[in-house]
Amino acid sequence: MQKLDIQNVSKRYWLERESREVVACLDVTLSVADGEFVALVGPSGCGKTSLLNIVAGLLPYEDGNVAIDGVKVVGPGVDRAVVFQHSGLLPWRTITGNIRYGMELHGRFPKPEIEKRTAMFIDMVGLNGFERAYPSEISGGMQQRVNLARALASDPKVLLMDEPFAALDAQTREFMQAELLKIWQQARKTVLFITHQINEAVYLADRVAVMSSRPGRIKEIFHIPFERPRTLGLKRDPRFLEIEDRVWKLIEEESEFILTGNESGSGDSTATPAGAGVSGPRMGN
Amino acid sequence: MKTETLAATGIEVKPKRRRSFYREYEALILGGSAVLIVLIAWETIWQYGRGYRLDSEPMISALFFTGPSAVWQAFLNTWASGQLQSDLLHSGGNFAIGFSSALLAGVVLGIVIGWYRTIRLLLDPFLNAFYATPRIALVPLIIIIFGIGRLPAIVIVFLSAFFPILINTIVGVKTIDDDLLKAARAFCASDRQIFTTVALPGSVPFILTGVRQGVAHGLIGVVVSEMFVGGEGIGFMIAYSGQTFATERIFLGVVIMAGSGILLTMAAEKLQAHYSRWRPQR
Repeated sequence: MQKLDIQNVSKRYWLERESREVVACLDVTLSVADGEFVALVGPSGCGKTSLLNIVAGLLPYEDGNVAIDGVKVVGPGVDRAVVFQHSGLLPWRTITGNIRYGMELHGRFPKPEIEKRTAMFIDMVGLNGFERAYPSEISGGMQQRVNLARALASDPKVLLMDEPFAALDAQTREFMQAELLKIWQQARKTVLFITHQINEAVYLADRVAVMSSRPGRIKEIFHIPFERPRTLGLKRDPRFLEIEDRVWKLIEEESEFILTGNESGSGDSTATPAGAGVSGPRMGN
Repeated sequence: MKTETLAATGIEVKPKRRRSFYREYEALILGGSAVLIVLIAWETIWQYGRGYRLDSEPMISALFFTGPSAVWQAFLNTWASGQLQSDLLHSGGNFAIGFSSALLAGVVLGIVIGWYRTIRLLLDPFLNAFYATPRIALVPLIIIIFGIGRLPAIVIVFLSAFFPILINTIVGVKTIDDDLLKAARAFCASDRQIFTTVALPGSVPFILTGVRQGVAHGLIGVVVSEMFVGGEGIGFMIAYSGQTFATERIFLGVVIMAGSGILLTMAAEKLQAHYSRWRPQR
């Protein structure tokens, strides 16, 4: 049984400023099994964040179907929790208050249970001693731990992570990846993890789905064979590097596609005649 | 708690040396002695000038100038007669009623206007016009509408305090971080939950800035309205004493207003500091 099922989902935006339609993702089909860790990588602007927002219920979609345990997603729900790139912590709440926040909003747990779970997850993400600190008093890495604890404490069926480590420095990012795997091993959640870092995806995931450039489609799915628990040393294993290289080549193809300007033809038609028409009279003045 | 935190980060910090008595109260000691010196100088000049005669007239007439001791005496006299208490009560009541209704209306409307873009755009021209107009200019109109007595004074205090509170609250709600709203929505927050957990606490520092400005404007409103309307209150006491050349009573009124301003502003600042603890220390 698939936990998360994305079937033929497409998302179109209307760009007001350029008065043209942009297809963020096209006919995306991807399913994540119970307890599986799937990473989604792709060149920037390929619609991977749009896809995650659709699964989170924050973005409406018209075509296709997204379901969790067979139930169609029509908005945010208690069965999902999101870890955002920008932590979105309430600056006026302490670490404890922020970890409670998700549970408070969901209203699924009684008060004493909330207290117990808060303490448990503070411990799990290693924030003991910082319970009463404010977000502005802790480092970016620690803020993302709080962000993660807040999501896990609300006990979702599916954990959605949107480039959670992208804003961290390289070293902290490495440690957080290892830490995430450790925590995931304990919590055993179904995870959909969005990233643009290929080695992060390969290191963390059971499967890595590669998206094409806009309009984003699933181009290929790689099975990552490495047994768990994985150590950071794995990243220097030749087999790891080989997979990373294959994923990278695929994305590189896509990126070149963007750079050469062959993006579905629509770029060409707006660039030449309209551009000349606008700049002409302005230059004359 | 504190030591634990430090232990966790592995940073060794020497215990803070106890600050000396002077360091602890530096502001109070320096500020207090400056005030005392000015008071003494003022009293000395006044006493000397009053006694020094030029062409058999005192160099400083009690008509134009006064000293701290005379103000103190005026305080004792008006207090003994019970006039001061009733004026204080009257002005205090005007301020309290006008200010608290301004606070309530300003915060509620500010949150609504800040939250709904359409309402904001509709009301923006009026708000800007009202905010830019000195509310005191409206006093004659308000007296025509509300007659004489307490009501016009309360209305003037309300109008004076309302706009700073309103405008600051709007800014507070408008500048709420989108990431916080997104996170709250992802956790299925209802509109009411978004209001109580994000919109309101996020705008508290702004609301309190508005309160501080509102206090200052409201006090001006009290004095001016009572000067116009007459009858009772500290503002009236100042105006009446001016007409009857009771210079020391003018000073008494001014000192009372200044004192209330300082106390209320200090209270607002305390509140502001309390509710801004979470902000990054600068």
